Amino acid sequence: MKLPFTRRILTLLALLLTACQGLRAQTDEDAIMMGKYDLCTGLTYTHSSWDYYWEGTYHRNNYNLGTVKTQMVSLMGIYGITRHLAVVANAPYVWTDATAGTLHGMHGIQDLSGWLKWEAFRQKIGSKGVFSLFALAGGSVPLTNYLADYLPLSIGLHSRTASGRIIADYQLGHFFATASGTYTWRSNITIDEQSYYTTELHLTNQVQMPNQMAYNFRTGYRSNRWIIEALFSDMVTLGGFDIRKNDMPFPSNKMNATMAGAHVKYEFKAIKGLSLTAAGNYTVAGRNVGQATTIDAGVFYIFDFNHKSKTAETPTLKTK
Amino acid sequence: MNMHIHIYAFRFLSILALTAMLACNKSISNATASLPSLTPANEDLNAGSWKTILLTRPDTFAVAAPAATTSPAYAADLNEIKGYQAHLTSDQLGQIKYWSAGGVLRWNETMRELVAKYNLPPYQLPNGTYPIPSSTNPFAYPLFPFSNPPYAARAYAYVSAAQYDALIACWHYKTLYNRGAPYTVDSTVKALAGKTSLPSYPSEGAVLAGATAEMMQLLFPDEIASIQTKLQQQEFSLIASGAAAPSDVTAGEALGRQVADVFIARGRADNAGKAVGTPSIWASFVTTAEANNQQPWISLETPARPPMLPLFGAVKGFLVDSAAVVSLRPGPPPSTGSDSMKADVQAAYNTVKNATREQLSLVQFWADGVGTWTPPGHWDYIAAQDFIGQNYSEVRWARNMALLNMAEMDAGIVCWSIKYYYFNPRPSDMDPAIRTLTGVPNFPSYVSGHAMFSSAAAAILGYLIPARAQAYATMAQQAADSRVWSGIHYSIDCTTGATVGQNVGNYAVQRAMIDGADQ
Repeated sequence: MKLPFTRRILTLLALLLTACQGLRAQTDEDAIMMGKYDLCTGLTYTHSSWDYYWEGTYHRNNYNLGTVKTQMVSLMGIYGITRHLAVVANAPYVWTDATAGTLHGMHGIQDLSGWLKWEAFRQKIGSKGVFSLFALAGGSVPLTNYLADYLPLSIGLHSRTASGRIIADYQLGHFFATASGTYTWRSNITIDEQSYYTTELHLTNQVQMPNQMAYNFRTGYRSNRWIIEALFSDMVTLGGFDIRKNDMPFPSNKMNATMAGAHVKYEFKAIKGLSLTAAGNYTVAGRNVGQATTIDAGVFYIFDFNHKSKTAETPTLKTK
Repeated sequence: MNMHIHIYAFRFLSILALTAMLACNKSISNATASLPSLTPANEDLNAGSWKTILLTRPDTFAVAAPAATTSPAYAADLNEIKGYQAHLTSDQLGQIKYWSAGGVLRWNETMRELVAKYNLPPYQLPNGTYPIPSSTNPFAYPLFPFSNPPYAARAYAYVSAAQYDALIACWHYKTLYNRGAPYTVDSTVKALAGKTSLPSYPSEGAVLAGATAEMMQLLFPDEIASIQTKLQQQEFSLIASGAAAPSDVTAGEALGRQVADVFIARGRADNAGKAVGTPSIWASFVTTAEANNQQPWISLETPARPPMLPLFGAVKGFLVDSAAVVSLRPGPPPSTGSDSMKADVQAAYNTVKNATREQLSLVQFWADGVGTWTPPGHWDYIAAQDFIGQNYSEVRWARNMALLNMAEMDAGIVCWSIKYYYFNPRPSDMDPAIRTLTGVPNFPSYVSGHAMFSSAAAAILGYLIPARAQAYATMAQQAADSRVWSGIHYSIDCTTGATVGQNVGNYAVQRAMIDGADQ
């Protein structure tokens, strides 16, 4: 009973294997469900850069890094198993670079992440209001053997993760507010060194990665054609240590970030299923992270495999 | 249909959550966290006659004869032990187990930790200059010391050498007075850290604690308090485990401190304090290189950082004297204007571009850069992991660590002398398009410190454990190659450095052959 379903999920994940991390907010953090048997695929380009960062709590720049840039191209797929259950997967190709100093940038395929998204509860409130609750389980695995202990120019942290997320959404006409909370378990990582110093010397190549909590709040306008929303998010690392003065960052640092931004999505009338997205994010506060400004742009297309329901609801309109 | 899928979905989510919870236990443990007690195959009872490093005689410092085991004073010692043994906490038992693996090992690990902790280059001042750590004001930022590779090499050497001489004196008195361990005197005293036939007066563990703690005055003055705490833990463990009587420990600590003071006096006059140089000295390296029609080394940091310890080559070595520092110096690297240099720079560029994942791994493995134990510390770790399997006595542990670390310090001295004699630019100085896979060290290129430290270590370790000689040579080669792969060195820096490093290492081998330990 369990196995065939799991196999189906795995098959789907495999199908979407080539897929990102870029627009995380696009589908695994919103309150939108796909139509049944709809497959949405998308390509997103992300550009993130910073020249100031927090060394522990000390806000500084570094003339030996200049501006640190991370670029990503992410392939994403979302498939509606039912109207209330969807699977989301993505995988990015990442490039890093610093404009000053001598450190060589890195590039490569990063982690495959996947989510199972379930609309667990939906209740109409009055004539125009809808309240819904979503439960998500997700995880990520590194797809390649990239260097983790090469911050700030490593392309990722090489940890396997498992996450649980609850999303609550309230829509009133075209206006909505969505809040979510996420807990992420992160596996230990193996680095190439035999020893490293955190607040003490470790004689092992295993690094204990602290878990993380994340909160996300988004609100704005949502219709058949448009989503226009403001975003606020907060990431908190539950443990970890601070970068010491003039030390290099390390994967198990206490990385916290508070970000604010906006996201716009437009769905074309003329070409059914085609949509464009754009978003911008700014790190307002942080600890052991770069003060990044991130912009991304993406194109998404929905393949409808449910021929009986050609006029099925678009993914953006589930709540109508 | 939908209902079924939702049940599956719920189960799937639950399984994921459960898996995640199970994966929650993420504790990691150190490679030496649960070692057995040190049980030497040979107690090296003749070590009192081994060749000392600075002490002129093993009995330079008098140790009074101990009280007889039948005396009331010794009975009080035994009662103190029994009192502790009746109420040992799990934390205390953990300490006993930790220290029972061997004092030289544990103090060497502690030294590696201190080096990693203090191995941070100072942050620049608003005016673009860099503050210099001061031994007279060690708690002010930048903390003293900045334990960069040469500093670290010297620190490991002083501690190891002081421990060795102190244990030679200790062994002298052990065999002279021949007072057994408490558990051999009174069978009701438990031997919680294993049993040996070694006389326990003065306590070798306390000698190590005293010598190491005393050395902190010179090397890590901010850590005197933390090391004092560690000393107390070791001494308590020695007594509570039944391995040493309080009077063994008191005599041992005092002896260790006295011997260490001889090394501190040497350290205060070995020229290390002057190794930072002055702005006019820094400038003179540039003018000398230019006078020889060479492109000088330039700091690749912004703001430009003064070169690391440019006068470290004038520090007084343990094995290599100042005349030998000159005679060990290799010929010059290719002239910076030559075609040969041009080819080397192009080779460095291509090497970085074509680095494989395996090479990246080795670059990281051997980087031993900022915030780490440095290359000499890495070799101490490699040595210690092998020494553990050899069941050495404490005195042989100390002797072998001293040989290794004196070779490392002297390799550092010779290397720094060469670096500042030629003041050769890094590949990225010659061609700013060369991006590196690890931080570029802030000192001249020729010859590679990694190559020298590693070949010197491989030479002495290969002598000490011949079965591992080939493995050490391979590791030394990898360490040197990793610096080329990362784009911070030309190949000739490493091949030449390896040869000179081996020559320095052979000084340690020569000493080992006549120090009395292998005869």
